[in-house]
Amino acid sequence: MEITVTVNGTGYTRDVEPRLLLVHFLRDTLGLTGTHWGCDTSNCGVCVAWLDETPVKTCTVLAVMADGHRVRTVEDLATGDTLDPVQQGFSDRHGLQCGFCTPGMLMTARRLLDDDPDPSEATIREAISGQICRCTGYENIVRSVRAAAEIERTADQEARA
Amino acid sequence: MQVPAQFEYERATSVAHAVELLTRYGPDSRLVAGGHSLIPMMKLRIAEPETLIDINDVAELTGIRLDGTELVLGAMARHADLLASPLAVEHFPILVDAERVIADPVVRNRGTVGGSLCQADPSEDLSAAFAAVHAVAVIEGADGRRQVPVREFHVGPYQTVVGDAEILVEIRVPVRPGGGSAYEKVERRVGDWSVAAAGAALWLDPTGVVTDAGIGLTAVGAAQFAAARAEEFLRGVPGSDDAFTEAGRIAAEDCRPVADQRGPVDYKRHLAGELTTRALRRAAARARGQEA
Repeated sequence: MEITVTVNGTGYTRDVEPRLLLVHFLRDTLGLTGTHWGCDTSNCGVCVAWLDETPVKTCTVLAVMADGHRVRTVEDLATGDTLDPVQQGFSDRHGLQCGFCTPGMLMTARRLLDDDPDPSEATIREAISGQICRCTGYENIVRSVRAAAEIERTADQEARA
Repeated sequence: MQVPAQFEYERATSVAHAVELLTRYGPDSRLVAGGHSLIPMMKLRIAEPETLIDINDVAELTGIRLDGTELVLGAMARHADLLASPLAVEHFPILVDAERVIADPVVRNRGTVGGSLCQADPSEDLSAAFAAVHAVAVIEGADGRRQVPVREFHVGPYQTVVGDAEILVEIRVPVRPGGGSAYEKVERRVGDWSVAAAGAALWLDPTGVVTDAGIGLTAVGAAQFAAARAEEFLRGVPGSDDAFTEAGRIAAEDCRPVADQRGPVDYKRHLAGELTTRALRRAAARARGQEA
């Protein structure tokens, strides 16, 4: 069936099977491989992207369910060569090693900071608790999100000054 | 790669439209809400609906509101909505306790209250929580709406009274003064299904005597997710630690857990009793205003 999904601000109309999962629509149909595909059972969280304004596990959403909706993926975070503060935070604080979980972590972190500009460590740990990282032990991910929050606060203060 | 079998996809725009589509496509069609139980089952080919009817765009199924003396939860309220609901915090903290330990935040963004109830997994947390607070399910079909107490909603594991061409539209919970409620769960790791869990709702008179009690049990084979004899024992006695311990003992005696990878029967029975007692203690503290 024909669906139209707005991904990162661009409308894509494609003919898909109803059983196509959103993660495969993004990766294979549209070639947006930033969103990773992991456990296929909604446990690992590497496939997290936004459906409208909400992070979801795209391995457990059908592409047809996104028809008429907006999707935001990791490809939308940076503006040209300028990284989004969450990306900068992960870079500054070594929030990744192999990088497999990172796109999902970034999309959850972006939503968290949009809702709560100054999250506590406990809040960050809760927010990413549905996402698995096997490299960092989460410690550096938490620091990265805190660093991102600080980058945004500093930018806000400078903008106001 | 796990891929569901082929199916037709329809999107409902209203409850009436969903009922019409269910009628048109017959018993091999299924509603999909958040899809976080059904889509995994379809990937494993445990479920193979011929037609999937998506109700995510049905606005009339969303929202959590107070209607007179009832808390009303739309069937499409997401777990995240219930967890963040000030009305739930105020009137039924048991629901918030339960939501906090259901899956993880990203799954809770998508999974729904009604979907969980209709999935009727014996280890699912909200069935017991709703049993404890004497919730009522509102089901709509071509002939209109009918109300079914949650304690009569489940026919068996993964089976409910919702008919082939019917849809669960909302869950209504009567709000009564003097109440407190709580949910206690033991899980192997964060976000997992319960090894066992217990929910309690208590109503106390000004002297501290229990005027009514509701006890729900998860994953331990309790009839209709409830501990009826323990509830009966509590009515009319002072809400004391001794009474809560005895109620826990009765609840443990009456449940029928089965051994599986989450634990043996005696351990689950022990948990059912202990968690019932703890949930009753917290419910009583909340009813007395001693705990948030």
